[in-house]
Amino acid sequence: MEALYKSRIRKDRTTKLLCLGAAAFGLTWLTLILFTLFSKGFAGLSLDVFILTTPPPGSKTGGLANAIVGSVMMTTIGVAIGTPIGLLAGTYLAEYGRHEKLSFYIRFINDILLAAPSIVIGLFIYGLIVVPMGGFSGFAGSLALAVIVIPVVVRTTEDMLNLVPNQLREAASAMGLPRSIVIRKIAYKAARTGIITGILLATGRVAGETAPLLFTALSNQFWNVNLMKTMANLPVTINNFVQSPYQYWQQLAWTGALIITLAVLTLNIVARVLGSERKAS
Amino acid sequence: MKFNTILSSSLIAGMAMFGLSNVQAAEITGAGATFPYPIYSKWADAYKTETNNALNYASVGSGAGIKQIQAKTVTFGATDAPLTAQELAKDGMAQFPMVMGAIVMVVNIDGVKPGELVLDGKTLGDIYLGAIKTWDNDAIKKLNANVKLPSAAITVVRRSDGSGTSFNFTDYLAKVNADWKSKIGVGQAVEWPAGVGAKGNEGIAGNVAQTKNSIGYVEYAYAKQNNLTYVSMINAAGKKVSPSLAGFQAAASNAQWKSEEGFYQILTNQPGDASWPMTAATFILMYKDPSDKAASAEALKFFGWAYDKGGKAAEELDYIPMPANVVTMVKAMWAKDIKSK
Amino acid sequence: MSDLTVSAMADLTASTDRSRALSAFKLSDKTFYWLTRISALTVLFILGGIILSLIVGAWPAMKTFGFDFLITRRWAPQLSPSPILGALGPIYGTIVTSFIAMLIAVPVGIGIAVFLTEFCPPSLRRSIAIAIELLAGIPSIIYGMWGFFVLAPFMTDYFMPAVIAIFENVPVLNVIFAGPPSYLSLFNASLVLAIMILPFITAIARDVFETVPHMLKESAYGLGCTTSEVVKNIIIPFTRTGIIGGIMLALGRALGETMAVTFIIGNSFQISGSIFSPGTTISAAIASEFAEASGVHMSALILLGLLLFVLTFIVLAAARYMLARLEMKQGK
Repeated sequence: MEALYKSRIRKDRTTKLLCLGAAAFGLTWLTLILFTLFSKGFAGLSLDVFILTTPPPGSKTGGLANAIVGSVMMTTIGVAIGTPIGLLAGTYLAEYGRHEKLSFYIRFINDILLAAPSIVIGLFIYGLIVVPMGGFSGFAGSLALAVIVIPVVVRTTEDMLNLVPNQLREAASAMGLPRSIVIRKIAYKAARTGIITGILLATGRVAGETAPLLFTALSNQFWNVNLMKTMANLPVTINNFVQSPYQYWQQLAWTGALIITLAVLTLNIVARVLGSERKAS
Repeated sequence: MKFNTILSSSLIAGMAMFGLSNVQAAEITGAGATFPYPIYSKWADAYKTETNNALNYASVGSGAGIKQIQAKTVTFGATDAPLTAQELAKDGMAQFPMVMGAIVMVVNIDGVKPGELVLDGKTLGDIYLGAIKTWDNDAIKKLNANVKLPSAAITVVRRSDGSGTSFNFTDYLAKVNADWKSKIGVGQAVEWPAGVGAKGNEGIAGNVAQTKNSIGYVEYAYAKQNNLTYVSMINAAGKKVSPSLAGFQAAASNAQWKSEEGFYQILTNQPGDASWPMTAATFILMYKDPSDKAASAEALKFFGWAYDKGGKAAEELDYIPMPANVVTMVKAMWAKDIKSK
Repeated sequence: MSDLTVSAMADLTASTDRSRALSAFKLSDKTFYWLTRISALTVLFILGGIILSLIVGAWPAMKTFGFDFLITRRWAPQLSPSPILGALGPIYGTIVTSFIAMLIAVPVGIGIAVFLTEFCPPSLRRSIAIAIELLAGIPSIIYGMWGFFVLAPFMTDYFMPAVIAIFENVPVLNVIFAGPPSYLSLFNASLVLAIMILPFITAIARDVFETVPHMLKESAYGLGCTTSEVVKNIIIPFTRTGIIGGIMLALGRALGETMAVTFIIGNSFQISGSIFSPGTTISAAIASEFAEASGVHMSALILLGLLLFVLTFIVLAAARYMLARLEMKQGK
C-alpha cells in the first residue's frame, strides 16, 4: 500500500513538474522574443523614424514615415469597410436568424473564414481587384484587410448580442417599439462595449498582417497617399528590409517591428480592459 | 489656448506634408533587376537633387520587372537577362544597355579574408551542383594551398526569384562546367540542385552575411557596400583575377554592340588576361509606342542624364559606364524608334 | 408615442398619422432586416468568391498538369515551351512542418493549460495567462525575423550538430536527423511554428477545461485522487472532443502560416529525408514566387493556394464539428 501511495505521489509530482516546465517553456520564448524585439528595435527609435521616408539602400539616414502612414491608412479603411458589414451580419445572426438553418451555415462558413490562411485572401483580392484594375493599389490592400476583419466582427457581434438578456428586448417590444429600433437602440447599447472590443481585436489582427498585402498593395519607397497606386506599409517594408545586408535597413526593420508589436499589443490590452470593465459592470 | 496651437500647427504640418508631396514634379516608375539597384538609387538621389524629378524603382528582380513592363504597370523594366530581338518584336519593345557590372562570389568562412579564396569555373559549378559538399574538398584545396579551410559543409545560397543575375551566373557555369550545362542549363530560374533560396541580390548578401560557411553570388556593389568576403577567380585565360574595375572593363572591352539586335550581349567568360569572368550588362526595356508618352519622355531624360553625367558615380561603385560610341547608338535608337508624341 | 392617447385615436387625422407611422416603421423594419440579411449573406458570397476566383485562376494549371501535379516533385518554371511544375515539395514541407509543430506544441500547450487551471497559485494565474496570450498577439512577421536572426543560428550551431551526432548510428532516425545542418531548414521553421500556435492550444484547452463540472472534479478529489490522476482520468476524457477540436484549429492555423515560415525554411523544392535540410511550404512558395510569376507558373501557384484552402477547410470543418459535439454534450 505504502509503495502504491508513494508511486502515485511520485507520478503526481512528475506530472506537475512537466506542466510547470511547459509553462516555463512558453514564457521563456515570449521573453526571448520580446527581449530581442525591444533591444534591437529601441536602438533605432527616434523622431526621424516617424518623419523621414524610407531610404535607398546603403543610406545612413531615413525613416518609416510613408510605411507608417500607409499602414494606418489601409488598416483604418479596411476596418471601416469591414466593420459595418460584420456588424450587420452579426446582428442578423443574433437577432433575426438565431435559429434558422441558413444561420447555421453562415456561422459555420464564418468560422472557416476566421481561420483561413491570409495568403489565400491575398490571392482572392489579386484575382478580384488587382487584375481587373491593371495594377497594385492601396485600395486592393485595404479590401484584403477588410475581408479579414469581417469574420472577426461577425463573431464578436453575434456573441455579444446573444448575451443581451431577452427581457430587455421583450420589454421594449411591449412598449410598441418596432424590431429595428429594438435592435438599434436597446440591444446595441447593451452590447456596445463588447462590440467595440471585437472591433479593436480585429484592428489589432490586421495591423500586423503581411501576407495579404504582398500582392495587393505591394510597397512604395516614396511618400504616397493615393489609394489607387501602390502604397508603402510597415509589414511589407519590414519584410523587404530585414533580409537585406544593409545595416541601416535592418535597423529600420527592427524598429518598425517594434512599432507594430507595440500598436497591436496596446490594442489587445485596451480591448481586454474594456472587456473586463463590462464583466465587472 | 494650448489646444488651439496644437490643432493649428498640426493642420499646417499636415498641409505642408501634402503640399510637399505635390512639389515632386515628375515621378518615373520602373521595376526590375536588383543587380543595378545600388547605382540606380545613387543616380536617382543625384537626379532628384538636380531636377526635382523622382525615380520610383522597385527592385524586385529581372523576372518581375519583365512581367511588370509587359503588364504596362511601369514606364520601364530593367533586366540583366536581355530579351532576344524576336521577343522584343513580339511585345513592341525597345531594349538598350544602361550600365555594366560584375557578379562576384561571396563567402562567409572564419579567417578567410576578401580575395584570399580562389575558385575556378569548374569547381564553382561543382559546388553549386552539390557535387562538392565540404570546404576542405580536394578540388578547392588544390586551388588554395595557403588557406586554412574548415571541414564544414558548404551552405550554397542562390536566388529563389527569377533573376537576371542568375541568368548570367548560370550562363557562366554552363560555359565552364560541362556537367552544369547538361544537367541544369541556363536561365533566370533554374532547378537548383542544392542550397537555399534568397530573394534578390540583397537576400543572397544578407543570407551569406548571416550564415557561416556559406557561399553566394552577388553584384560587386553589394559585396563592397557591405564588406562581404569576395572570392578571386581563374578566368578564361587561366589567370587569377580579383574583382576590380580594371578587370571588369577588360572584359567589357570585348563587347560588340549592335543596335538592330536590341543590343543583346552576354559578357561572361570573356578572353583576356585581366578579364573578370562574370561581367554582365544590365538593360532597360521600354515600349516603342508607349501609352503614356509623357512618362516615357521623362524616363528617357533620366537615362540621358545618367549616360552623360552618371559615369563617375557608377565607377565609384565599380560599375562600368557604357562607352561613348554605344551611347551615341542608343540615343539614335531613341530618336528613331521610341515615339514621344 | 405620447400623442397616441385615447382621444387622439378617436380622431380621424390621428389614425392616419398612426397608420403612416406604422407603415414607416414597417418600411424601416423591412429595410433593416434585409440590410442585415444581405450582410450575413456576404459572408457566404466571400467564401464563394474565394473558391471561384481560386478555381478560375488555377484552371490553366489544372488543365495542363491534371492530377500529376500532386505527385510531381520537379518545379521548373522556366522550361519552355511548357514548364514542369509539381506540388510534391510544398505539400511535403507543409505536412512535415505542421506535424512537427503540433508534436511540440500540443503537449506543451495542454501542459500549460493544466498548470493554469489546476495548480497555479491564483495570484499568478492572471498574469501568466495574459503573458501566454501576448504570444498570440505578436504579428507573425516578427516570429519570422526572430527565428531568422536568433533561433536559427542557435539551433544550427548547437542543437542540430548534437542531435545529428546522437542519432548517427541509429537506423531509421539517422535519416530523419541527418546533416549537414542548415540554417534555413524544415526543423527551424517547425519550431517557430510551434511557438506560434502554442497560445491557441492553451487558450482552447483552458476554455474546455473550465467546462468540466466542479462536482466531477471534487468527487474525484474526495476519493483521494492526486491532481494528475484527476487530470488523466476525469478532465481529459471529459473534454476529449473539445481538445481534439482545439488541436485541429491550431493545425489549421499552422498549415496556412506564411510569414513566420518563409524567412527560415530555405525555399528549396528538393525533398530530402532529413528535417535539418531546407524545404518549402505551400504558403512560402506562393509568397516567394507570386510577384514575378506569369502564365502557367502563376496558375500553378494559385492552384497551390486552392489546395491549401481546401486542406484548411477540411481541417477546420472537422474541428468545428468536434467542438459542436462537445457543446451538445453539455446540453447547450
